[in-house]
Amino acid sequence: MSNDKDLRVLLGHGGGGKMSSRLVKNTILPRLNRGKLSLLPDSIVLDGLGDRIAYTTDSYTVSPIFFPGGNIGSLAIHGTCNDLACSGARPTFVSVGLILEEGLAITELDQILEEMSKAADEAGVEVVTGDTKVVPKGSADKIFINTSGIGRIDHELNLGPDAIEVGDEIIVSGPVGNHGMAIMLSRAEFSFDFDIQSDSASIWPIVEQLLELGPHLKFLRDPTRGGLAATLNEIAAGSSVEVQIDETSVPIDEQVKAASEILGIDPLVAANEGKLVAVVGKGMAQKALDLMSRRQISSNAKMIGTITSDLATRVIINTRIGGSRILAEPSGELLPRIC
Amino acid sequence: MNIDNQAIAAKKLVQEIRDISSSASAPMKFMEVCGTHTMAIHETGLKSLLSPAVTLVSGPGCPVCVTEKQFIDHAVLIGKKFDACLVTFGDLIRVPGSFGSLAQFRSEGGSVRVVYSPLDCIEISKKESSKPVVFLGVGFETTSPTIAATLRMALSENLANFFVLPAFKTIHPALNILAPKPDLSGFLLPGHVSAIIGSDSYQYLADKYNKPGVVAGFEALDILIAVRDLVKLASRKEAKILNDYKRVVRNSGNVAAQNLINEVFEPCDTQWRGLGIIPGSGLTFREPYQGFNAATKLVVDVPPAKDDPRCRCANIITGSLQPDKCGLFGKECTPEDPVGPCMVSSEGTCAAYYKYGTVK
Repeated sequence: MSNDKDLRVLLGHGGGGKMSSRLVKNTILPRLNRGKLSLLPDSIVLDGLGDRIAYTTDSYTVSPIFFPGGNIGSLAIHGTCNDLACSGARPTFVSVGLILEEGLAITELDQILEEMSKAADEAGVEVVTGDTKVVPKGSADKIFINTSGIGRIDHELNLGPDAIEVGDEIIVSGPVGNHGMAIMLSRAEFSFDFDIQSDSASIWPIVEQLLELGPHLKFLRDPTRGGLAATLNEIAAGSSVEVQIDETSVPIDEQVKAASEILGIDPLVAANEGKLVAVVGKGMAQKALDLMSRRQISSNAKMIGTITSDLATRVIINTRIGGSRILAEPSGELLPRIC
Repeated sequence: MNIDNQAIAAKKLVQEIRDISSSASAPMKFMEVCGTHTMAIHETGLKSLLSPAVTLVSGPGCPVCVTEKQFIDHAVLIGKKFDACLVTFGDLIRVPGSFGSLAQFRSEGGSVRVVYSPLDCIEISKKESSKPVVFLGVGFETTSPTIAATLRMALSENLANFFVLPAFKTIHPALNILAPKPDLSGFLLPGHVSAIIGSDSYQYLADKYNKPGVVAGFEALDILIAVRDLVKLASRKEAKILNDYKRVVRNSGNVAAQNLINEVFEPCDTQWRGLGIIPGSGLTFREPYQGFNAATKLVVDVPPAKDDPRCRCANIITGSLQPDKCGLFGKECTPEDPVGPCMVSSEGTCAAYYKYGTVK
């Protein structure tokens, strides 16, 4: 590490020769290796995964790469682990593909890898294989990361929109909008004084609790891009049902509320990276909330609404003054590259 | 006020509005002039609470919506010809022009910066000293004072590469055109604009056109109180101007800001989408600020722009058509792919209808 301390990523670091192997051995392995990575095999053989696994991949291009509450490295671990968790799978192994822009400071890369390794350790996953490429300056924005993940499924449940019925109850695991708002505020164009941290975290500990509900647990989703509004619309469309939520029951931090008013961005469409939306059977919300309260990360979970009808496919929000309106699917007008 | 009390107060107001309007002789139609009110009315679900006897229609108070397509063309042409850095409020960048939006211009390599305050232009002009920096001057009396302040600063710092392309609007000339419409029972008057121009300045609505007007804030209860007061006044045929937003709006307005506008700008005729040229409804530069006028200093030929003849934004801005009655609404014209400015702007009436719908 010390040799590269003041250096930047050069095209030669992606050439496959000595420079490449120095970057991998000096910078990447010390952060990410927990055993399996040390041999640098072309592929890794994995044992003990049981009969059912979940498998996912996602790419991360967030700008800026460092933001309050994390960086692109921790995000790349959490995002992939959370996609696995939403299938009810325990995140177990991940791969890491790094695409580095020529000129990225090695110290920045190291900070990213450090957060990545911390996130992986906390989430209980091991980085078992990886790849590094370098592209000429201007061909990427500092760093893009792809992570794939494999998770073990230790239960028989089929979580999905098919299971959702009228009367089911909807829960969100905590205040929404923090990640999206933190990213937007940390973009150089804005200079406001808010203390909003990204909520980037692994949600598996919440899912692990909720699995105790057995078949009463119907559906899980992490409301990332498009926020809560997108996830609720996905539920409505996926199950052809009407979803109703109460505006006043949706938890939103005061700072997020204030920032959203200034930026003109609805916290319900702002991204989350450590939240979970769960649909549970009728009358099961309280039990679910009790289970979730055992984990710090979901100690502020709230029931926000119900599945009200199968005669319409839409999301209705009942407002703070007793009115109602449609909560539409976000139209993609938010600032880009939040994850 | 906590949420429960807010809901109780809202319920009471809604009942009052229903009681008064049901005993009135005719249905009432009020125009909310300001785009921020339009959004708040939809966002709070207030429309779902009003009785059929009370209708709210949106007016010309969304700056993006009343800006002519040709203005976008003008900006892009300046950007191209002079390799200028165009600086704008975010709302404008997706408005379609004849040869694409500012966002498209940026994707083709044009320089377009989004700011929240025009004062940022000073820094940008210093950094980009080799090229002209052009602020797209769109907006009502809410934005013109800060742009005036920016120009004053630019003058004192002798910034030679900073320009403003003016498309400013003032609200009174437009209201003078809309106020005689017989189907309008009164006006829900803007909050932010009124903070500058003052509630007294609307007195002519009552005196000349016999229409009531109420200045309102932007919280759900602010709007409900103002609508209640409008319904009361209209049912009694009482033409009065009320200020229901006293915590922000003074009857005389913000005199310092008014002076600032008058120091830098003078009235001129300007083109409004939907309303045509309204005499004295725009702002142009006084001496010694004329050197900042991008329209006269960075001269380009701007061909006349053609609007899609099926686009009904012009009718929507004047409150004579509801968005869902436009043939393009929600089909060819959506926020992702807008035809007219009322669908682009986050404060546009069509965008509000599209985004929030109405539940009956």
